[in-house]
This record gives sequence, C-alpha cells and structure tokens, in this order.
Amino acid sequence: MALLEARDITKRFPGVVALGGASLRVEPGEVHALLGENGAGKSTLLKILAGAQGSDGGQLTFDGKPLRPDDTPSQRQKAGIVTIYQEFNLQPFLSVAENLYLGREPLRMGLIDHRRMRADARRILDDLGLSLDPDLEVSRLNVADQQMVEIARAMTLQAKLIIMDEPTAALSPREVDILHRTVGTLKARGIAVIYVTHRLKEVKAICDAYTVLRDGRFVSSGQVSDVSIDDMVRLMIGRDVAFLKRPARQVAPTPVLRIEGVSRRRGAHEARGTSLDNISFEVHAGEIVGLAGLVGAGRTDLARVLYGADRKDSGRIQLCGRALDIQSPAQALSAGIALVPEDRKQQGCFLDHSIRHNLSLSGLKALSRPGGFVDEGAERRLVETFRQKLRIRMSSAEAAIGTLSGGNQQKVLLARCMALSPKVLIVDEPTRGIDVGAKADVHQVLFDMASEGMAVIVISSELPEVMAVSDRIIVFREGRITGTLEACAADEETLMALMATGSAPQAPNP
Amino acid sequence: MTSTPAPAPDPSAPPAKPPFDTVAFLRTWGTTLFLLLLIIGFAAWNPRFLSLRNALNILTEVSIYGVIAVGMTFVILTAGVDLAVGSLLAFAAIAAAWVVQHMGGDLPQWLVALSVASAIGLAAGYAHGKTITWLKVPAFIVTLGGMTIWRGATLILNDGGPISGFDAGYRWWGTGTVLGVPVPVILFALVALAGHVTLRYTRFGRQVYAVGGNAEAARLAGINVKAILISVYVIVGFLAGLSGFLLSARLGSAEAVAGINYELRVIASVVIGGASLSGGAGHIRGTLIGALLIGVLSNGLVIMHVSSYFQQVVIGLIIVAAVAFDAYAKSHRGKV
Repeated sequence: MALLEARDITKRFPGVVALGGASLRVEPGEVHALLGENGAGKSTLLKILAGAQGSDGGQLTFDGKPLRPDDTPSQRQKAGIVTIYQEFNLQPFLSVAENLYLGREPLRMGLIDHRRMRADARRILDDLGLSLDPDLEVSRLNVADQQMVEIARAMTLQAKLIIMDEPTAALSPREVDILHRTVGTLKARGIAVIYVTHRLKEVKAICDAYTVLRDGRFVSSGQVSDVSIDDMVRLMIGRDVAFLKRPARQVAPTPVLRIEGVSRRRGAHEARGTSLDNISFEVHAGEIVGLAGLVGAGRTDLARVLYGADRKDSGRIQLCGRALDIQSPAQALSAGIALVPEDRKQQGCFLDHSIRHNLSLSGLKALSRPGGFVDEGAERRLVETFRQKLRIRMSSAEAAIGTLSGGNQQKVLLARCMALSPKVLIVDEPTRGIDVGAKADVHQVLFDMASEGMAVIVISSELPEVMAVSDRIIVFREGRITGTLEACAADEETLMALMATGSAPQAPNP
Repeated sequence: MTSTPAPAPDPSAPPAKPPFDTVAFLRTWGTTLFLLLLIIGFAAWNPRFLSLRNALNILTEVSIYGVIAVGMTFVILTAGVDLAVGSLLAFAAIAAAWVVQHMGGDLPQWLVALSVASAIGLAAGYAHGKTITWLKVPAFIVTLGGMTIWRGATLILNDGGPISGFDAGYRWWGTGTVLGVPVPVILFALVALAGHVTLRYTRFGRQVYAVGGNAEAARLAGINVKAILISVYVIVGFLAGLSGFLLSARLGSAEAVAGINYELRVIASVVIGGASLSGGAGHIRGTLIGALLIGVLSNGLVIMHVSSYFQQVVIGLIIVAAVAFDAYAKSHRGKV
C-alpha cells in the first residue's frame, strides 16, 4: 500500500491554474524525485502536501487515511509529513537541542528539563551519524549543518515522510555527499523522502522512483533505474510553447557592455546568493543576451553587481569602452545601466503608491523644474506615452500599482527603466508569474528596445522564453559560465544539460 | 508561477463606479469631522471656548509643537521616528538664551537666538541621521539616546535653572501679532505650507515617500536612501530648534524642563493625522488636523474643568482609537 497518494490535485490562483491535475504516489521508505521545469507546479504541490496551502480539488491519502484539504502545517506534521523548505524554519538564537524540541520541550515539574532535552537531541543526532554539538547556537552553524538540524527535527517529530525542496541548491559538493548519506540513513529507517531537485545526476544517484509534472499536470512516473537523464529531460520539457519568434536584428560589432573576470564571494552573513567566479562576456548594441541557469546559478548576483546593488571583489566592467566603477544603483542609472529586478513586489513596486509615482520615480530629475518641483503635466504625458506604448491596462494613473495585475505591474517597472533611455537594460525574470498575453507584450517590448539599439540582458528560468527572446544564450551554473550558444543553434536538451551538469550531452538527441 | 495558458479574467479592467463607501469616507475625513464635533460640543458647553482670545490661544499653543509635527511627518513617512525633539527643543532654547546672555554683542537678541537655536537643531538632526544610517542603529534607539543626551546637556548648561531677561524684540516672536494673528501661528502656517508643498510637489518629497514605502525598491530605483534619511532628521531637528526659540520667546525664559513629553504629543499629531508608522503613507494636512485636535481637546477639557490627569487618559484613548479605525478601514478595503 502506498504511503502517500495524491490524486488529481488542482489549485487555481487568480488568473492562473497552478495545478490542473497533479498526481503523486510515494511508497514507504522510498526516495521519490519530483521533477519538472520552473513553473511546472512542484512548489504548489509541495505546499499543498505540507498544509501550507489548501487545494481546490483532488484526493490526498496518507498512511491509509484520507487527509483533509484544510489541514494546517502542524496537523500535517502530527500526521507524519514534515517539509524542509529552502528557507529554513529554525530559530537562529536558540541552540540545536532547543530547536529540535521547540514547542515540545521535555518538562520536569513544569520547567524545561534541559538535561533530558540535550540527551535526547544527542541520541537523535547520533542516530543520523551527525557530530553536531546540541548546545551550539543555530546561527553559528553553516547552511549544511542547519539543514541537518531540520532533518533531525523531522526525526523528533516521528516523520514518516520528509519533503525536501531543492535541498542541495545552497550546498558545496562535499556537503551534498553528506546530505545524500543522511537521506540513505532515513531510507534505512523506513522514512520516505520526496526529493525536489533540478540536478538530475542526484536523482540518478539517490532516488528510487520519480514523478514528472509539466504545466501543473502529472506526466509520468516510474523507477529511476529504468530511465536515463536524457529521458527525464525530455519528459520535463516535451511541450510546444508558442512564443513570439525573435525577429532578425542588426547587432552592432562593438560591444556596449564588456564584463571581464568579475568575481564576488558571497558574504558569510548573506542569507542567499551565489558566489561569482570569473564571469566574462560582452553585450552588443541591439543584442539580447539571455542568461540561462537554475535558481541560484548566480545570474541575479551578476545582475546586482552590474547594477551596483552589490559590490564585486574583482574584475572589470566597461561601458562603451569606458571603465566603470559603480557603487550604487543611482550611479548605474546615471551611467546608463538599468535593472528591472527579480522580485516585482519586494524590490520593484511601491504597492500603495500610484502608478504615476511608481513609473516616474527613477526619472524625476528629467521631469523637474528648477527648485526640484516635479512638472506633473510632463509626468502625466510620460505615463500616457508608456500606457499606449506598452499597452498597460489601468483605470487611472492615480490608482495604486498594487491594484494592477502582475503583467501590468511589470510593464510599469519596464517603463520606469525605459523612460531613462539606458544603454544597457537588464531584466530579471521579466515574465515570472504573469499571464501569457502579458508575456508576449513584455517580449515585444524587449524586441523593440533592442532594435532601437539598446543592449539587453534577459535572465529567465524558463528555457522556452530564453530561447525565444535571445540572440545569444549564456548558461550559468554555480556561479560560473558553463557555455555560450547562439540562440538559433541552441536546443533545450543541451541547455538543460549545461545548466544541470555543466557539460553538454555527449550524443545530442536527434 | 506557471506558464499554463489559462483564460484569465482581466483583473485590470476598469471597475464599475463604486457606491458610496462610508468607511473610506470616514478614513479620509473622520478626524476632521471629529475635530468639528469637538469644537461644536465645547462651544455649546461654554461659549467662551469660541471667543477670539481663546481661539488664538489654542492656535498659539498648537503652533509651538505643530512646527515640530510638520518635521515629524517627514520622519514618520520614512518609517522612522524621532523621540529626541522635546529635549532638543529645550537644549536649543537654553543654548540660544545662554549665548544671548553671555556673548550678545551688538546684534539683535532675537537674531542671535534664532540663529543659534536653528544651528543646534540642524547639527543635532544631522548627528541623529548620520548615526542611524552610518552605524545602522535603529532610529528609535538613536533618538531615545538623543532624548536623554539633550535633556542632560540642557541641565548641565545652566545647572538646571532657567535663563530669562529677553528684550522686547525677542519676546515679539512668541507674543507679538501681525494684523491680529500671533507670530507663532503665522510661522506655523508658513512651515506647514512649506512642508506640504515639499512633500506634494517636489522630487525630494516623492523620494521621502518612496524610501518609507519600500526602502529596498527605492534604492534599486536609484534613490540615495541614506541621504534622504539624513535629510528628514535634519529637517525635524531644525524645526525642533525653531520651536525652542518660539517657546522661550513666548514664555520669556528658556526653561530646562521645556518640551518634556513633546515628542509624544508630536508623534500623536502625526499618527492621528493618518500617517502610517511603517512609512510611505501620510500627509501634512492630516498632521495639521491631528495637532489641532490635541490642542482643542486639551483646551476644551480645561474649560470643562476636567482634571489634567483625566485629559491624558482621553488623549491616549483617542490616539489608539484613531489608529485602530485606520487598521479596520484598511482590512475593510481588503475585503471588498
């Protein structure tokens, strides 16, 4: 009998169907890989299993009993399903032992029995083959050890199923080995694991079974030993997405932006981010360069360095032949480099402020009269120009930008950058979470800007998008460039292989 | 998060004209209505409340802390706070009086005092802002420290005693009138107008709102966030200095205990006026109403012979009620 059975799970969000019939069957003591491209619905399914989100339809059975769709995460934990997210759920200033038993501390005469808690923690850690000191404060542990604390916590919760979302995304190769051994230990204890990863080599190494999701639907499942990595890639992609075809463009011979040997070490205090190792490439006027890679491959980190949001440790950046030393986004903008950031809501929009104020913010200098007064007439005309040009759908320029759909918010942010007529435009995940029509509009804008002679860098985790909009594709993996391809010569298999393993497949598929 | 082609209902289509929304109306005009009701109520209780003398008296009282409230609006818009304004007011006033007394020279007393008080306010505000941005200490802590430091400095400067003996030219700034309007009221009006125009019509004003609305997005939009933060503390510092000058001119002496609890009254004015402590929302018009509301309430309760102890209870309740209503109105909007 299966430990977990999810059948035909559906989930709708306003404007999008995140899951349109996802199924998953996990046997006891099995390591099960959940595969799919970004946006295939893996995260949504995980959240539904964890109880962090309700589902709209379908059935969930766990350990022979049906699960209620409105369970809370703590009810699911009691049932035996424990989820380890990429963002850990630990209390940084408590000790390892205190984290393991948070909320379930052993008591003695109404007070916490620290001796017993420490001894219990020690036993659990030993059981997992870990030499962590239970008294150590969690904030002093590195990412890999914090992850081990999460796993140990799942053990204290008597988990029957542990869900791991991209557990190796932030780990070094040696740490990955340790994690894999620990997963082996869990399996030997009869605990099932759902393992979400983009690294297909890992799937081959440690997983027993796999399930592939595509566009929110179940595609196939089976035993890992029966399929090759290439088979899995094909199953994950296998779709036709009709993106706008890239028009023929005139690319100038001299580079606008030249990046030479840029490196940056991720600081010890930074919660996220990838170290960059010797990144070099050029972008020409009129060219769209796509940066492909998995989440955490270092593409966003490079964009932030180019834009002055983060400092680089070494390397040179030249704009139109002049060396640049950019210390802040303000300097980047005045030099002619603009960025539409990855996280629209947190890093781009002022959600409660009007569309007009959001759109003009970076270009207020040009709209100001002497004394710093904003010429509101000129400002309104600017908004109107971009409303027409980008087909922004809004009731009024005075409405809060938070009332717009994601696609229209993104257009406002694009307009904010376009109003400055930059030489280089960097867009990070320009179409994440927006609907198909708005996607096409955004792509059209990028094409227009390139044909006006702008150098454009597009970061996208959706391969079909990168292939559709770029002239040239640069593949990132773990902070390094693993390949550069002309877009017309690129295929998804090669790109996926470069993204996931760092090398192109030996025998390209016909 | 998905590229599933789904026929999406368009959420950006222009909505039908909404029916009259009482909650939204009250959110905008509630405090103003409440202020009018208070005035009518107090006037009905005791007609003397509406006499010109009393009205001007209220306005003058309000002006002294209202000047600071204009600056505090800038600070709170950036999601900051300045607890040091009351102490800074006292220090600027007593330092100005001390300079007038000890090294007056030939210049008019008021000019020396105004210059010294303003300069101290500017410098202290810059020190606060620089510490907040450079050492990354929260504004609450920096200005809590400032509150004690400036009060201590005030007591040190003249051993806790007041300094008095200003000439008529000095006192005119606190007690004089122009066309029947008290000078502090005129200055308050000018400061409020300048604050309103700055926030509403200038690039700097836009940037203040942006920094408070989302500091990270503001930085990525090319705004020098640190410079904006320092500026707002300089502004409120300057206005605290100015307020200290006005208060000492009105009282005819600079007192070491002047301005105690002013920070609370000033913050309350801004918050009752609808500004959000988390930044990015608020305006001078609201602050003006908030400041008047507190002034009218204090004065009216005195006229009704309510004890000053009880007044504090009432004002406290009103602050909490105003913010609670704002929170309710926000969630109400979310539900529609």
